[in-house]
Amino acid sequence: MLQIKELQLDTVCFHCGEALPAFPLLRDNRKFCCVGCVGVYSILHEHNLSDYYVYNDVPGQTQKSKGLNFDYLNEPEIAAGLVDYQDDQITIITLYIPAIHCSSCIWLLETLHKINPAITQSRVDFLKKQVYLTFKNQELSLKVLAETLVNIGYEPLISLQDVVKEQQKHSTDRSLITKIAVAGFCFGNTMLLYFPEYFGLSSFEQDFKTFFGWLNLAFAFPVVFYSGREYFSSAWVNLKNGVLNLDFPLALGIAVMFIRSIVEIVSNSGPGWVDTLCGLIFFLLVGKWMQQRTYHHLSFERDYRSYFPVAVTILEDGAERPIPLDQLKKGQRMLIRSNEIVPADAILLKGNAEVDFSFVTGESKPVQKVLGEIVYAGGRQLDGAIELEVIKAVSQSHLTKLWNNETFSIEKNTIMTFSATASRYFSIMLLAVALGSGLFWMFHAEPTRALASFSAVLIIACPCALALASPFTLAAVLSVFDKNKFYLKNTAVIEQLARIDTFVFDKTGTISNPEGSGFSFQGDISQEQLQWISDLSRNSGHPLSRELVKWLKLSERYPVNNYREMVGRGLSGLVQNHDIRIGNAAFTGINPGKQIAGSTVHVVIDEQYLGYFLFKQQWREGLKGLTLSLRKGSNLHLLSGDQDHDRMELLTIFPEGNQMHFKQSPQQKLDYIKSLQEKGQQVLMFGDGLNDAGALKQSDLGVAVTDNINNFTPGCEAILDGASFNKVPAFIQQAKDGVKVIHMSFAISLIYNIVGLSFAVQGLLSPLIAAILMPASTATIILFTSITTRLYARKNNLL
Amino acid sequence: MNMIYMLIGISILLALIFLAAFFWASKSGQHDDTYTPGLRILFDDEVKPSNKKSDEDHT
Repeated sequence: MLQIKELQLDTVCFHCGEALPAFPLLRDNRKFCCVGCVGVYSILHEHNLSDYYVYNDVPGQTQKSKGLNFDYLNEPEIAAGLVDYQDDQITIITLYIPAIHCSSCIWLLETLHKINPAITQSRVDFLKKQVYLTFKNQELSLKVLAETLVNIGYEPLISLQDVVKEQQKHSTDRSLITKIAVAGFCFGNTMLLYFPEYFGLSSFEQDFKTFFGWLNLAFAFPVVFYSGREYFSSAWVNLKNGVLNLDFPLALGIAVMFIRSIVEIVSNSGPGWVDTLCGLIFFLLVGKWMQQRTYHHLSFERDYRSYFPVAVTILEDGAERPIPLDQLKKGQRMLIRSNEIVPADAILLKGNAEVDFSFVTGESKPVQKVLGEIVYAGGRQLDGAIELEVIKAVSQSHLTKLWNNETFSIEKNTIMTFSATASRYFSIMLLAVALGSGLFWMFHAEPTRALASFSAVLIIACPCALALASPFTLAAVLSVFDKNKFYLKNTAVIEQLARIDTFVFDKTGTISNPEGSGFSFQGDISQEQLQWISDLSRNSGHPLSRELVKWLKLSERYPVNNYREMVGRGLSGLVQNHDIRIGNAAFTGINPGKQIAGSTVHVVIDEQYLGYFLFKQQWREGLKGLTLSLRKGSNLHLLSGDQDHDRMELLTIFPEGNQMHFKQSPQQKLDYIKSLQEKGQQVLMFGDGLNDAGALKQSDLGVAVTDNINNFTPGCEAILDGASFNKVPAFIQQAKDGVKVIHMSFAISLIYNIVGLSFAVQGLLSPLIAAILMPASTATIILFTSITTRLYARKNNLL
Repeated sequence: MNMIYMLIGISILLALIFLAAFFWASKSGQHDDTYTPGLRILFDDEVKPSNKKSDEDHT
């Protein structure tokens, strides 16, 4: 066993586990794939931290040189917005590091003090992928800290929006936990204190009865006024707005139980209902807590600010200076290095601009810009540094203007849930029954019994089980989705998902698979020749060359001489003394005759034309099956920001050709969704990039599709991992089944209510019956919902 | 039987201490991350000179 592992380790990089090239780099008899990995290994070895490799095999991440620039962290203004705490001595900062993925990562990041003693404390939160760092700011600057992290392979992702937001979330979460603790504590104690009452007290123990009663009453106060306070305020607010929701009967039940308990205990006429009261609030709060579960490592509220950099380098009097993005003004000259994002609309002044707009426009090919041309914000510069003059402030740019649209200023209508609708009728029914039974006994001249039955109805019908049916079912569905890498913003989204009848797809990155896109070669070519082309293309940073190298999957073998690259046109070089030229038709000097759809790379070896590679989008796995099953009963639409060269192929997947729209701007996408909604359709939008942000926001349910859930995703209601894309029909079925389960559990809890009511209307309800019925119905509902949901999930092949 | 009053008082006091302990734990953030500490205790305190390969595979 050990030997097999050793063998495996011998063919992959010791640090990151990637396949080794033909001539791996050696250090201490260990093989590495690239300089970056050797660098990380050397740093760790130098500081006696080789244990990193003991806890896990190949724990590292590939170290592609990214040319990051953290100069802006030296600007006090920017740094102040990022740190949690700072004084003359120490700085505390929370950094989000997407690379955290195994126990070695935790170990290394918590041993940072060995690399730099100025870091006094570091703690990792594994699930949130965050590290909390305390360091002496006299000895170590924030910039050096960030660079240290990058050097060991843990690049922090710094964006103003996320860090600030994360901090606000904590306090609310904790107050609910505290409320549950108080309610649970009182529930347990009162239950114990009620046992003697229920089992019967002998005559000489009657003294205890009053004592227990007063104790119970003491427990009721914190539960009602601290833990249950929100139900009163929520019911009151809703009542003022003329809405009858489930909080109204709940608050009514709590109030009646509390008042009756006080009256009974003070007048020594009965034991009161404190245990039922505490149990009710405890279970309700647990249900609420289930509903509030969130994914800490995911953010559903992102806009362009978390995609854009925190700062930008500007040139002033010939000197470079980083400034915060919101201070960028018209007329300033900015410097954008390779792989950086252009943050504002600007005119190109200097350098070779080759900008990748795929994320903001959906256009898959990088765009060449000539001097004096306008470069729109959001594009990523691919090739070397460029200088630009800003013509519009960040928030007024072509792309970011989208966020000024009114869609972003109004909160999306809260989703109408089934329990909200049902509870309106429930509340009215409840009041009718309570008043009816009260009036009935009044009519029979039994005023005490009238009061007893009136209040008993309100107590027993207090819809605890009803209130729990939704949260428990939806939480169970949520965890099923979560196991299948489909992450929802909140539980109400499930009910929305069950109602969807129109699906709109974006093309690039959403239904096309960015990883698996492929080439096909038209012509004859030998394996050896493919190897030459792979070795040649390896030198280029052009996206097509990179895709080609990835697709060929050949490791580096031969050195390349006389390498030349004409940006945007092609490559040439000598491999094994063969003259190789690959690139577009003009560069290779051939005449393809007819126009070929899609991107092509022509190949000429030793002045002989061999043919061309045709780059074709590859659709996500199961796309055809997905559209086929969604087409039954729903409308499908395609909106692409790209050119329409894939139209013919897409027609086989989306047969309704008139529902495919190409060259759509972000604003047009948004408007298209709006027009569908005006026809009364419930629209679900699948998108991935910033160009879909408006459409995602406007749609009834926006789903961001991504291949790495830690990457940037635009604001949305749900995030779907690309690998689970083919499961979408199953998700929708599961959502529908979830709603069915809610309906069934409503029926079950109604049966309990009817049993309890039959006692209550006769004025016969004793605290004992209430104390049994309430937990029994709650337990039934919790069991029923979680078991049925799992059964349905198994039926839908999601478990 | 008067003992019962005292016993109940003590038991509630004890329960209140536990409740207070829970509040303190919650407030100091001990429930914020329930995953990482479990992994943390698996690490050795010091780097050993001989890097013996561990038998289990944690990945």
